[in-house]
Amino acid sequence: MKRIVFAAAAVFALLPLSARAGDEGKEVVIGITLSTTGPAAALGIPERNALDFVPKEIGGVKLKVMALDDGGDPTNATNNARRFVTEANADIIMGSSVTPPTIAVSTVANEAGVPHFGFAPMPFTAARLKWSVDLPQPIPVVGRVLYDHMKKNGVKTVGFIGYSDSYGDLWMNDLKAQAPAMGIQIVADERYARADTSVTGQVLKLVAANPDAILVGASGTAAALPQVELRERGYKGPIYQSHGAASMDFIRIAGKAAEGVFMAAGPVMVPEGQDDEALTKKPGLALDTAYETKYGPNSRSQFAAHSYDAFEILKRVLPVALKQASPGTPEFREAIRKALLSEREIAASQGVYNFTEQDRNGVDERSRILLTVKHGKYQVVN
Amino acid sequence: MNTTILLLLAQDGITNGAIYALLGFGLVLVFAVTRVILIPQGEFITFGALTYAALSSGKLPGTAELACALGFVAFCMEMFSIRHQFTTGRIVRAAALYILASALALVLAQFAGGDTSSATINIALSLMIVSPIGLYLYRIAYQPIAHASVLVLLIASVGVHLALQGLALLFFGAEGMRAPTITDVAASIGPLRVTGQTLAVYIITVSLIVALWLFFGHTVYGKALRATAVNRIGARLVGIRTVLSGQIAFMLAAGIGAISGILIVPMTTIYYDSGFLIGLKGFIAAIVGGLASYPLTAAAAVAVGVVEAFSSFYASNFKEVIVFALILPVLLARSLSAPTIEEEKD
Repeated sequence: MKRIVFAAAAVFALLPLSARAGDEGKEVVIGITLSTTGPAAALGIPERNALDFVPKEIGGVKLKVMALDDGGDPTNATNNARRFVTEANADIIMGSSVTPPTIAVSTVANEAGVPHFGFAPMPFTAARLKWSVDLPQPIPVVGRVLYDHMKKNGVKTVGFIGYSDSYGDLWMNDLKAQAPAMGIQIVADERYARADTSVTGQVLKLVAANPDAILVGASGTAAALPQVELRERGYKGPIYQSHGAASMDFIRIAGKAAEGVFMAAGPVMVPEGQDDEALTKKPGLALDTAYETKYGPNSRSQFAAHSYDAFEILKRVLPVALKQASPGTPEFREAIRKALLSEREIAASQGVYNFTEQDRNGVDERSRILLTVKHGKYQVVN
Repeated sequence: MNTTILLLLAQDGITNGAIYALLGFGLVLVFAVTRVILIPQGEFITFGALTYAALSSGKLPGTAELACALGFVAFCMEMFSIRHQFTTGRIVRAAALYILASALALVLAQFAGGDTSSATINIALSLMIVSPIGLYLYRIAYQPIAHASVLVLLIASVGVHLALQGLALLFFGAEGMRAPTITDVAASIGPLRVTGQTLAVYIITVSLIVALWLFFGHTVYGKALRATAVNRIGARLVGIRTVLSGQIAFMLAAGIGAISGILIVPMTTIYYDSGFLIGLKGFIAAIVGGLASYPLTAAAAVAVGVVEAFSSFYASNFKEVIVFALILPVLLARSLSAPTIEEEKD
């Protein structure tokens, strides 16, 4: 009896090996780590939902997509990325939804030599330039449209309130880098944690400093918290929000306090309003229609656009790489890396991508629009 | 920093402190009776808050179904544990407690709750739905290991917390909710603006202190509950139903957590994971109170709230660090001054 069981176990253990020997090189393995639970779940869940609408094969080769959750924690994201690299032999790694785990995944991808698509803004150091590209609009590009608007409206002093983690740091550093050159002085720097339920102390300090405008460096619906408190405490000046806050839920949570806010956003929030020649219009309409058909009106989200755009890029890059090497090999990954540099004007819903050795964000002014809220609806500001 | 800001920060600190005090009470209550450190207390806040917010906006909250499912599991476990002594009385009692209570709450929430019902009905329904969850959790997770050491019970608490947080994400989604305020009454005292909501927080906190102190100090039931904590076997020997006391304690703690959630959800947006951080600060207050004294817990909670408000003004980047570091001197002082008492092993 024991021998039969042992023999059966041995047969079953050997089966997957035999199955794999024939398959190798026939499918592209893509590992995605997202924050579908934890404080960043509001960003990770739309990113995972958008995976329903991406192609299942490109250039005649099937795509094997494995999505894992990291809960917004850099340690989990590192573990997921290492599993993709060592166990699954991934050709491409994608993730994560917010900045700290994205940096962690980028470190693993650059060590292992695997192309990496990030879905959250990330500071690029020399060690990360080779293999990582970042989908979201980089903070300096987005910040520029906000500061231009501030300057046009005669803002001389600005106060900042943002997350006490790397996303808030990115915005503060950009503010320090760009604003003084435009004649805008920073008078306050307050931070809060993503999970905080109250920012009274920070808001009181901001209101006491009374800047001409306030910039909120936060993402998701937690960006509505300072918006509401500032208006409640009587701050009358303009409030500027980053593109991380652009979602329909922001208006729902902030309510009346959202009126008149100036928010940077990606073009996917209003593809209907774009010119027909705009390269971002077609992918934007395709994603928004598909997403809102399945998840209801007003469910469109920039975060869904990031994962969708990664596959739009792959639609251009994979056929080029497949001509040079077959999936599962280091040569294939190198071919993907080269194709990312050689392909130009890659149209996606959030922008038109042109990657170079130094510019791993690859976007320009076509990747951001300025929105304001009037009567509870988003409107483009010209 | 002028007087206006000082007063505003103090008001914010005291309001938050009152909420932390409510949570501290729940923790002290449960620990005093069952020796369980109730980390999932934060989840009861989330459940209470989001259940009330869902009812106020006309949706059936997922917690009603959760309560029914947990009740059913608890019923099966109860049937298994009395399998050698099947009497009608026991079966009827178990069915009434585990299945009828939650089913009744579900049916009532479906028909009587909603955005057209008054706030009182919605609050009562939220309490009816969330309090039994505490009871069922005790039956499922803690009663089988009731005799174990405090450490084992703590690890079980961590597990329950993780499970409940995942369930909260499943039922309520990642986006937060707010509920409409119960009253729009507001009064201005100098630069301070006192709303009906914050008054309700203070009044309920104070009444709960008094009620709990009276209950545990001056009624037979309360003394019986305290006796169970000191020595389970001794309590059973003198005729105290130790299982019942654990269930009552958990139900009370869930009710207190739900009340705190209902109180704060009109003031701030609650997400599925906001309760944990609030519960942790209540835990700090409970630790300062030695996990034994209610008035000390309340005072400590107000201190935590005020420290949090002022540190978010002066050093917002380090607010969490400062608040949680408060626990260190207290632990040091207590461990140096208190004599070691060997726990009674049953």
